[in-house]
Amino acid sequence: MRVSLVVNGSPREVDLPPLTRLLDALRGPLGLTGTKEGCAEGECGSCTVLLDGDPVNACLVAIGQCEGREVTTVEGLGDAAHLSPLQRCFIEEGGAQCGICTPGVLIAATHLLSRVAKPTELEVREALAGNLCRCTGYQRIVESVRAAAALRSTLGGSAQATRAELPTPRGEGGAS
Amino acid sequence: MVASSPGTAGRGGAVHAVGTSVPRADGAAKVTGTALYVDDLPAMPGEIFGRTVRSPVTRGVLRGVRLDPAFDWSDVTVVLAEDVPVNVVALIADDQPVLAAGRVHHAYEPVALLGCADRLKLARAARAITLDIEPLPPVFDPRAALAGEEIIWGEDNIHKRYLITKGAAEAAGKEQSEAAIDAVIARCDVVLSGEYASHHQEQLYIEPQGIVAWWDEAGVHATGSLQCPYYVHKAFLKAFGLPADRIHITQSVTGGGFGGKEEYPSIIALHAALLAKKSGRPARMIYDRSEDIEATTKRHPALCEITSGCDRDGTLRALKMRVLMDGGAYMTLTPVVLSRGTLHAAGAYRWADVWIESVAVATSTPPNGAFRGFGAPQTIWAIERHLDRVARALGLDPIELKARNVLREGDTTATGQVLRTSVAGAECIEKAMQASGYREKRAAGPAVRGRTARGIGASVFMHGAGFTGSGERYLKGKAAVDLIAGGRLRIRTGSTDIGQGTETVFRQIAADAAGLRIEDVDFAVPCTTTVPDSGPTVASRTVMVVGSMVEQASRDVASRVEAEQGAGGGRFAEAGDRLLAREGEVTSLRQYAPPDWVQWDDVAYKGDAYPCYGWACDVAEVEVDLDTFEVTVLGFWSATDVGKAIHPLMCKGQIEGGSLQAIGWALSEEIVWRDGRIRNPRMTNYIIPTSLDAPPFHTVLVEAPFALGPGGGAKGIGELPMDGGAPAIAAAIEHATGIAVDALPLTPERLLAASLERRGA
Repeated sequence: MRVSLVVNGSPREVDLPPLTRLLDALRGPLGLTGTKEGCAEGECGSCTVLLDGDPVNACLVAIGQCEGREVTTVEGLGDAAHLSPLQRCFIEEGGAQCGICTPGVLIAATHLLSRVAKPTELEVREALAGNLCRCTGYQRIVESVRAAAALRSTLGGSAQATRAELPTPRGEGGAS
Repeated sequence: MVASSPGTAGRGGAVHAVGTSVPRADGAAKVTGTALYVDDLPAMPGEIFGRTVRSPVTRGVLRGVRLDPAFDWSDVTVVLAEDVPVNVVALIADDQPVLAAGRVHHAYEPVALLGCADRLKLARAARAITLDIEPLPPVFDPRAALAGEEIIWGEDNIHKRYLITKGAAEAAGKEQSEAAIDAVIARCDVVLSGEYASHHQEQLYIEPQGIVAWWDEAGVHATGSLQCPYYVHKAFLKAFGLPADRIHITQSVTGGGFGGKEEYPSIIALHAALLAKKSGRPARMIYDRSEDIEATTKRHPALCEITSGCDRDGTLRALKMRVLMDGGAYMTLTPVVLSRGTLHAAGAYRWADVWIESVAVATSTPPNGAFRGFGAPQTIWAIERHLDRVARALGLDPIELKARNVLREGDTTATGQVLRTSVAGAECIEKAMQASGYREKRAAGPAVRGRTARGIGASVFMHGAGFTGSGERYLKGKAAVDLIAGGRLRIRTGSTDIGQGTETVFRQIAADAAGLRIEDVDFAVPCTTTVPDSGPTVASRTVMVVGSMVEQASRDVASRVEAEQGAGGGRFAEAGDRLLAREGEVTSLRQYAPPDWVQWDDVAYKGDAYPCYGWACDVAEVEVDLDTFEVTVLGFWSATDVGKAIHPLMCKGQIEGGSLQAIGWALSEEIVWRDGRIRNPRMTNYIIPTSLDAPPFHTVLVEAPFALGPGGGAKGIGELPMDGGAPAIAAAIEHATGIAVDALPLTPERLLAASLERRGA
């Protein structure tokens, strides 16, 4: 079955059996291995992507459902030279440790921040409740998301932050 | 001068990397999805996918393996025990086969391997193979295994035994030691006995186990998700009988380990390499979640019986303890797990007289193995719960009893180790008390509102950093630092970054030691062909032991460049390039030498069990639903002594993440067994905490430097935070409800049963 969809802003086409998981389409023919598989049953959230702007587990979506739809993966959030404020804050605030849950967490958090400019701690925890992390205890993840919200508001909503615009990382001296 | 980023000013600059939370080195790759985990590695030409055929039977005689003659096997590779050159997984004992031959000893034991390029056909092939196994009676209860009516392992089912004696028990000699401790305890004012149980735990790293293996003119290659490349190397040496330089083991970016990728990857790597060898093609094996939960190692369950004696004022005197651990069907690392558990069994406390007998036995469940804490969380659970009970009997708050008896500088541990330096238990208690408001909340009593009750509880613990006893002396771990072009350094170690931040922290240590910017230090991918054997990435030893070698080697290289500067002038980079041009290679290879004063007697099991300890006090505040007995953790405080925080943010990340694993072990994580098989091998029904289950963490870093630690005194931190969560939660539940539970996990069902028992009593 030929399926046309928009992936990270670019029109793409795949030819796959209709029940192929979106996850396999992304990781296989579409070449986007940033989306991870942790459980294959919609529990861990490692494969979270945005489908027409809503977070879904790509292991539970069939490619046949994706005709004409827009998919956003972690690769669509920003590359190393153009990190989004959220990605930057995950590096600065310790939101990523082993990193395997990080792509899904970033997608879920992106969705949250698109709806709620300044989420409370509880709102962040609720938005990420479908994304299991075994490394961090979630505290640094919550703080990364809230730091990103604060950073976005100080940047006036601009999509990208350069390194110079970022606050000094915690615990560091003011030498320059 | 303008530094490229704060904290990294480098040569001549005042700012140091150590002690600052620099951005993690692998951060950008991980937040953009470009980090390549094993299943992200591009398919190699001709690659096949591998699958394991496992025993459905718990224990039995393997009569044969039948391939359905009606199935087309032409493009399927089948590997059986007879295809393994030396059918042994090299570890402590050579008791575990790579593939079962003759006997199976646990459910899910690998019997055959299948490989095929077509994954759908591979699944069909797995259904076309039949194992002919004649069942034998299994043994699941460790006490039954100890009694030895059915022998399932060795001559007596016993993997290992230890005995610790101190004071009167030691003086009486081994044979009379138990009578001696009984006599001492009988003379104490207050004598209490109890039994404390803990259960299996699955590491549940979010990335399942996986390996890609292939053979070429250079020998055999295996790349994948693993903690200890040289463990896999050793396993290949044995099973394939190859020379060391024909084996090339490489770590890919690894999605968590927690001990679960310490020894197990040897097995999946051997399997993938066997498939690759027989098929002549590269072979990829990636476990699905259920296979990973069923077949890989778990935390050892433990049963601890304690009798203690103390004075009426709460001064602890004598401890008698029996520890029984369930090793599972093969030995794996059980003797070392039991050792660490035994060495932590007396807790963080001063006892004049000690008798601790520990034993690990085989059972017919899949082998248990390494998991963060490595036996210590089990015995610390027992001693902490027991002291809570002692405090209740004395009418003291538990933390007052613990603070009164916590080990201080100059005190002697159960193995006779005099604690000379970096002893911070008392300081951690005070800091945790202040941060959490424990004393005020305890004084106010449990807050009961309608159908909920709130309470607060604490635990005190220490954890030995580095290998136990003479481990580091035997191991002789090595680390290298090279000078590379442009006045830069490259770190080469076998230590892996599995999320904890090794890459970043080693760079910080090296940068400061050499007076360079962190950007001027590279970290080589751990590959046995190019990095020395630094010893495994385990035992809270990476920063303290390997990091100290990285520090020394970086200093060595920098001083050679500085000497060149002195002789020929120029900037550091210019002098470095000159030196490289002249000498071709400028490298310092360091080998770890434990401090002379660390003396351990393996035979008597006495002495300096660890060069130093990390210390901590955890406080948990919980709310218990009095109808459903669901427990919500409202807040979690930890004051943790790390010696010196090289990277404060990552230190906190370790403490919080470890604490949440401990909370999961305490409240929700439970392997449900039926006839030796796991009933809940899925993320849907093996419940780890979500962001909503996790409490807010309030972490206080305490720094009592260890003089020989790198960066100004860093100690191991990886395992420590796994030790205190469960007893703190149990104490908080007890404060809230009066229900004292001595067996994990503290599920609503178990709390209800304990509540009914209490009401009935």
